[in-house]
Amino acid sequence: MEKVKKKIGSFSFWNWVTASIIFRLILIYFPKNLNLSSRPEVSTPLTSFRRLAEGYWLKQSFMSPYAGSMYHGSPLLLSLLGPLTINRIEGQPNHLLYSLVSVIADVVSAMLIRATGQNLRLAYLRSLESLDLVKQIEVSEFLFSGDIAALIYLCNPFTIVACVGLSTSPIENMAVILCLYGACSRLIPLAAFGWVIATHLSLYSAILIIPVIFLLGCGPDSPPRKLFLQRHQQKEVLNQSKLPPRFSWGPVIHFAFWAFLWSVYVLVLCGISLKQFGGLWEMFKSTYGFILTVEDLSPNIGVLWYFFAEVFEFFRNFFLIVFHVNILFMILPLAIRLRHRPCYLAFVYVAICSMLKSYPSVGDSALYLGLLGWFVNELADMQFSLFLFCGYVGVSLLSPVMHNLWIWRGTGNANFYFATAMVYACLQIVLVVEGVSAMLNHDRKLRNLITGKPQDAKS
Amino acid sequence: MVLLQRPHILLLLIDTHQFLQCWIAFGSANEEGQQQEEFSEELLVKPLPDHKLLAHFHFQSSAPPSTSNGCHHHLFPKAISQLVQKFRVKEMELSFTQGRWNYESWGGFDPISSSNAKPPGVELWAVFDVPQHHIDASWKNLTHTLSGLFCASINFLESTATYSTPEWSFPPASGNVRYGTLPCEAVCTENLTPWLKLLPCRDKAAIALLLDRPSLYRGFYHSQRLHLTSTESSSEGIDSGIILEQTLTVVLQPNSERAIEVHASEKHVQPSWSLSSIFGKQVSGRCVLAKSSSVYLLLDRGLVAELKFPNKENGKSAANGLTSENFWSNPSFELSVNPDRIFLEESSSHSKSLSILYMFQVEKYSESEPFDIGLMWKVPVAWLCQQTPLHASRFFMGSGNERGAIAISLKSTQFTEGFMSANSKDGSCELRVDVFQVVPWYVKVYFHSLRVFVDQQPRAVSDFIEKIHVSPSKDKMSPGVMEVVLKLPCRVNTAALTIEFDKGFLRIDEYPPDANQGFDIPSAIISFPNFHASMVFLEDDSLNRSPLLSKFQEKCPVMSYTEVLLVPLTTPDFSMPYNVITIKCTVFALYFGSLLNVLQRRVAEEERFLKAKAAKKTGRLPLLLSKLSAKLRGSGINQD
Repeated sequence: MEKVKKKIGSFSFWNWVTASIIFRLILIYFPKNLNLSSRPEVSTPLTSFRRLAEGYWLKQSFMSPYAGSMYHGSPLLLSLLGPLTINRIEGQPNHLLYSLVSVIADVVSAMLIRATGQNLRLAYLRSLESLDLVKQIEVSEFLFSGDIAALIYLCNPFTIVACVGLSTSPIENMAVILCLYGACSRLIPLAAFGWVIATHLSLYSAILIIPVIFLLGCGPDSPPRKLFLQRHQQKEVLNQSKLPPRFSWGPVIHFAFWAFLWSVYVLVLCGISLKQFGGLWEMFKSTYGFILTVEDLSPNIGVLWYFFAEVFEFFRNFFLIVFHVNILFMILPLAIRLRHRPCYLAFVYVAICSMLKSYPSVGDSALYLGLLGWFVNELADMQFSLFLFCGYVGVSLLSPVMHNLWIWRGTGNANFYFATAMVYACLQIVLVVEGVSAMLNHDRKLRNLITGKPQDAKS
Repeated sequence: MVLLQRPHILLLLIDTHQFLQCWIAFGSANEEGQQQEEFSEELLVKPLPDHKLLAHFHFQSSAPPSTSNGCHHHLFPKAISQLVQKFRVKEMELSFTQGRWNYESWGGFDPISSSNAKPPGVELWAVFDVPQHHIDASWKNLTHTLSGLFCASINFLESTATYSTPEWSFPPASGNVRYGTLPCEAVCTENLTPWLKLLPCRDKAAIALLLDRPSLYRGFYHSQRLHLTSTESSSEGIDSGIILEQTLTVVLQPNSERAIEVHASEKHVQPSWSLSSIFGKQVSGRCVLAKSSSVYLLLDRGLVAELKFPNKENGKSAANGLTSENFWSNPSFELSVNPDRIFLEESSSHSKSLSILYMFQVEKYSESEPFDIGLMWKVPVAWLCQQTPLHASRFFMGSGNERGAIAISLKSTQFTEGFMSANSKDGSCELRVDVFQVVPWYVKVYFHSLRVFVDQQPRAVSDFIEKIHVSPSKDKMSPGVMEVVLKLPCRVNTAALTIEFDKGFLRIDEYPPDANQGFDIPSAIISFPNFHASMVFLEDDSLNRSPLLSKFQEKCPVMSYTEVLLVPLTTPDFSMPYNVITIKCTVFALYFGSLLNVLQRRVAEEERFLKAKAAKKTGRLPLLLSKLSAKLRGSGINQD
């Protein structure tokens, strides 16, 4: 029975994948890519395609790519993707090669998400088995979370827009997913590579080192260790083999070694490509420095641009510190409460970063919405999911309208657009808070099932 | 008492000693004769094709090298010489302009227009004779000094975001140039008064008397310029000290009220004018401090060709003899005063006809007999001024407040046609055009989007751009500078450069008070280095040459300024700072609080609370027991 279901599932899965790829290709063939590449939702100063092309042009004319305040990305992207910004094939859309790279990056990310999701699902089933909860929770009705997550990632309009809009976020997302995939399937060099590249491309991915360490130390998501102990105490036998492994430092040290190796490698490559243009210091100043000081105040879907356009000059540094520390503040509490679910922890971190980062784009939202698909089984009881869905749809329709009213028609004003950005931020807050709460409730439910408390009727 | 007095006596001695030294130095300078400070004033009047009149005042003061006459000047303005000495300025030009020079009808290919047509507002450039790392500091000090000297907001040019360093396209090509403009600066009489104070006779005598404020500012174009050259470092053979050149160029409409009356009937008759009718004043007496003061009337090449002087062929003899009546009693116009001398232009390479210059010496006239020259037109004349090889204009493309493109378009004029026909023998005729464009940082230019259109066809950039130098803008730090050398075929009809940009967003305190008015983009400078605007007049005595005419003889490259562009930028809501701060912080608190609440909530506590509620009905003892057992059980688990 399950085999048949799986077959049908995988068949329709590949159908959907091809459909989404074809849809992307159709959009690419529209003239000027539907002007998506200049939308503020898609291209931030960090991910904009035009700025990449400008950086490449400056480099080609023997100037530092960071000479003006145009380009703020990595010099490696410039060497890899730069030539694609000017290569043209006669009779084809202008940036066909670059768009194809984005499509491939999306498909690879989706495949990695699928593999990781299957991995997670197997781990979950195994832990349920060792807790003897297979009968109580109807495992046969479990969805293939890997397929669902991959499809959410591929068919999400946000991902499609970011891919067709020629932003570099598909590549950044791929690095993050590569890191998580490597950590889940214990490919330590790959995990280290993904983490180093993701951190190099966008600073915020650095905090993913915590979930990666947990993943390598104790394995993928499982219910809390306490539950296993409780279960075995009840049965009066302590079967060590059925317990999840204790935290082991071996792979973590291994990871640290590889991460060091990769980062030295990346820095050397950057140093070589920027040798005559001011070196690495210039790069750090105009990539990480630019991210941290929020110099560019052009509107985006985040909330920091308007805040720093309006705030008084002498408070600027204070608020810069406050907003960035806000991301760091939440790392520790979340790590303590969700340490047994490192993948979920990674999802929460990614969501928080894409909400609080200085130049967010829809590509970041696409990533965490895709990762959310891994946990469809665990988060089945999440509250407000319809509200959140409607909210996302509403904001993504209203935000371009408000932007058009303000920038193009001049009939609206900045507050209109800022209001949609605020709503969007609130939606993400609700998603994160409800998601964390639902996951903790799920753990409680498992505990109640084990201890046989009467509350399970309630929950 | 004696002890106290002694230092005073010493000081007095030192003072007298210094004074003597100065006096001796001054005396020796006087003896040399040629090393004296000089001042001369000239006025050039030129009828323009569109019924207007150009008046060009030229005052020149020169000071010998400071070593020769010690510490004081008797003619040269002290403020300027101190400025030169303090900031070690090699060359400097400051211009205040209102209105736009109309290149199409007022011409662009003569010395007056290529060096006196200036962009609206303030333009300042300076070359310093200091080490490279001191230049910016000198520039800052210079802007503040000039700002105080001329009652203008030149001090806004001190921030690095407003001035630029042209590499090679700006005429005084060297690395020590700094160039800055303030396109929105309003120019008025408070800038003119300090400028006039630099003249030895101010506006109290001779030609400067004509500078009547109401009639000046009523004009179509008004540009006051101050150019100084100093050769303090006598590396070259000629050590000329400081030369200060002050020019004022105005384009006026002669007796405008009468022009309206005759407009319908005699459309093509040029309005007749006299100095008293256009300036409301007459030149009475001379400035005794001036070496020479003269008034010129220039009839340019196009006009002379139209007038068809009867004995044009024996022009040389006329210039020598100065007696030929034909030059001022012409059938088409009449001069009210007989000129003292007439100069004819030497043959020029670009034009067949030659311009004529009438000279009037003001020294001859006195208070009782004031000088007033008038020109009376008898027959309608229409002519065209000689234009720049290509007419340059600049405009914006695109709509909305997010992005756009700047286009610089070059159109061929009647000059290029002539030039092309002249050079058509050799097929590889090329026209070199230098473009110098500064854009403020909030107009974020994408230099990779530079496109070239030649004859309305998009062409490869590398085919026509010979050399390009770009320094991209840095946010709030430096403006973007683009210097391009274009090589166009002579046959070209139109050429256009387009470049895309994104509009930047500023913080609220960076907007000016009238934020919705928009921001100005300074003029682009289009220069044609292959063409030189110069007028060489035949003169018999080359020693006693007038500064204005020798200025005309200098080979200066033809250049023109494009229009100033006004770019509207999006504004945030200026009344919102408090609201934005509070709303944003509320959202952050919401995030922080609710997430922390979810994380630290313990269901066990809630269970206990529920039990306690239930136990209230049953009694205390069972509650305590159950609490105890729960605690024991909990600790038991934890021990494992």
